[in-house]
Amino acid sequence: MIAVQPPAEAPNPLSIPANAPEHCPGTESELAGKSDACNGCANQEICASNTPKGPDPSLPFITERMNSVKRKILVLSGKGGVGKSTFTAQLGWAFAADDRTQVGIMDVDICGPSIPTILGIANEQVHASSSGWSPVFVQDNFAVMSVGFMLPTSRDAVMWRGPKKNGLISQFLKDVDWGDLDYLVVDTPPGTSDEHLSIVQYLKESGIDGAVVITTPQEVAIQDVRREIDFCRKVGIRVLGLVENMSGFVCPGCKTESQIFKPSTGGAKQLAQDMGIELLGAVPLDPRIGKSADYGVSFLDEYPDSPATTAYLDIIDRIKEILGD
Amino acid sequence: MAHLDSPVARRLQSVKNIIIVLSGKGGVGKSSVSTQLALNLYASSPTAKVGILDVDLTGPSIPRMLGLDGHGVHQSSDGWVPVYADGSDARLACMSVGFLLKKKGDSVVWRGPKKNGMIRQFLSDVRWGDLDYLVIDTPPGTSDEHLSLLEHMAPVHSRLSAVIVTTPQAVALMDAMKCLSFTRAVNLPVLGLIENMSGYVCPCCGEVSNVFSTGGGAEMARKEGLRFLGSLPVDTELVTLLDAAQVETEEEGPEKDGRGIVQRYGSTSSATLFKGILEKILEER
Ligand SMILES: Nc1ncnc2c1ncn2[C@@H]1O[C@H](COP(=O)(O)OP(=O)(O)OP(=O)(O)O)[C@@H](O)[C@H]1O
Ligand code: SF4
Ligand code: SF4
Ligand SMILES: [Mg+2]
Repeated sequence: MIAVQPPAEAPNPLSIPANAPEHCPGTESELAGKSDACNGCANQEICASNTPKGPDPSLPFITERMNSVKRKILVLSGKGGVGKSTFTAQLGWAFAADDRTQVGIMDVDICGPSIPTILGIANEQVHASSSGWSPVFVQDNFAVMSVGFMLPTSRDAVMWRGPKKNGLISQFLKDVDWGDLDYLVVDTPPGTSDEHLSIVQYLKESGIDGAVVITTPQEVAIQDVRREIDFCRKVGIRVLGLVENMSGFVCPGCKTESQIFKPSTGGAKQLAQDMGIELLGAVPLDPRIGKSADYGVSFLDEYPDSPATTAYLDIIDRIKEILGD
Repeated sequence: MAHLDSPVARRLQSVKNIIIVLSGKGGVGKSSVSTQLALNLYASSPTAKVGILDVDLTGPSIPRMLGLDGHGVHQSSDGWVPVYADGSDARLACMSVGFLLKKKGDSVVWRGPKKNGMIRQFLSDVRWGDLDYLVIDTPPGTSDEHLSLLEHMAPVHSRLSAVIVTTPQAVALMDAMKCLSFTRAVNLPVLGLIENMSGYVCPCCGEVSNVFSTGGGAEMARKEGLRFLGSLPVDTELVTLLDAAQVETEEEGPEKDGRGIVQRYGSTSSATLFKGILEKILEER
């Protein structure tokens, strides 16, 4: 038996009482009882008095649950839209290609969960059972958890401040019935804030095997990624390496390569050198990557001949090598 | 809750319009749209006074994009002095956490409450002076920064409006939809939607190829009853401009004229397209 806290009902982050006005922000929202829509609502007082929880007593439970997870890998980037989630998904698919390998993906991007869409499981729901919340399975050996599975519709916004996001992340770690995993890949939102600090704190005891940092070639992205690497150093996370995404655009028409995001300051190569980390590889911009993500299919399987597929697979092999797997 | 005579309200009394640039998804071009919006408003009249506030606290891009990397903020008896992107004309004021960092690679690792405090300070302590427009660039998502902004600016709510930026992919549109739900929940009027990185004009044959496909933004706007402000194709010239626009200045060295960016931006193809967007925005206001 593993010691877990009795699993809580999977919460509906937007629970709206029947008597609430049309624009109710949701009783769990940080604006509950405070938004303009709340004026005159019968529940206003109760909603407004909801105070965020104190420090998390769940650490031992998280450590217990994470005992059965061999490798924990973070996918990070300071900059938004550089392809973290896409990379996370490819990593998941590539690991899970071997059916003896058990893979999990945990999406801690609470406000913009894109993992469910990219993996083609956007309409699934999370269920609570006696051993915890059951994750959603892409295939038998590939489990996923995301706040996206808890929202009534994909249009709903999760308007949460930090403490609430932290609470959900801790639940993802302790209440989800991950089972035995060879790899748990954590997709993060851009920046260096609550989500990042929390995941690092919660996993400190269990140990994080390392972080893969994603960037695009232009300086506006590089400068944020420089900060992210600084963050990793500050909190003591090993950087497995850097991936340059959208590095050159190969037109499907005539195969001419052009630079959309020009590496005006030397791109990832220079950054890797400056920071003393390894450049794992560069993935060219292929419009079919975005399309595959929109349709929720595996790019690696759909377009095995694309130079981007080769790049992804080489990077993933290198990651395994670094981890010693 | 904010009071009508809060320090923020007092400070923003002299600001006529406040436009918040939002997007659910990261990297879709909020900061570049904010920069372009500010530059276009600035150019719209020889007397227009424009401010740009960067509340992306952990990933500030505005200093770099306006070529103001390396500048610092000075304290005056009347609050923080913003950095001016147009030198001595002082009609384009800018404030960002980037100006407060010692080294460019320093990370700002802050949880929500600290971010909230910083935003309150930005809103109440910056000596903007009279502004026709204050453009606010935000981080992706709908979280602390956004909620804090709205909370602190509640007393000036009637002067607030938002522009939503998206790219054409489904994953970005989905987040733009979340962002729209957010504006509805907090009663923030939306001026319209911009589709960024919509198509790519091939440098060799001039043909438009769809790097991230196109059209999704207009479609979403139509469905949701939003005004579609326009599309901006991928512009490699713009990337380079926003990347390298920086003028190297020594910490205390003589202030160099940053006017370069204003003029250089004017000659990009994006600038021409953005004029149409600006017209629509000004009509809505
Ligand atoms: N129309 C365009 N054509 C080409 N490149 C663009 C275009 N718009 C933005 N970019 C580039 O894309 C990158 C991301 O844009 P930007 O930094 O404005 O996004 P953002 O939404 O502010 O990202 P974040 O969520 O990280 O704050 C920048 O390098 C920018 O120069
Ligand atoms: S007070 Fe606000 S949050 Fe609470 S139920 Fe009413 S509308 Fe919803
Ligand atoms: S690279 Fe340019 S010239 Fe070549 S097929 Fe593509 S669009 Fe045409
Ligand atoms: Mg930005």
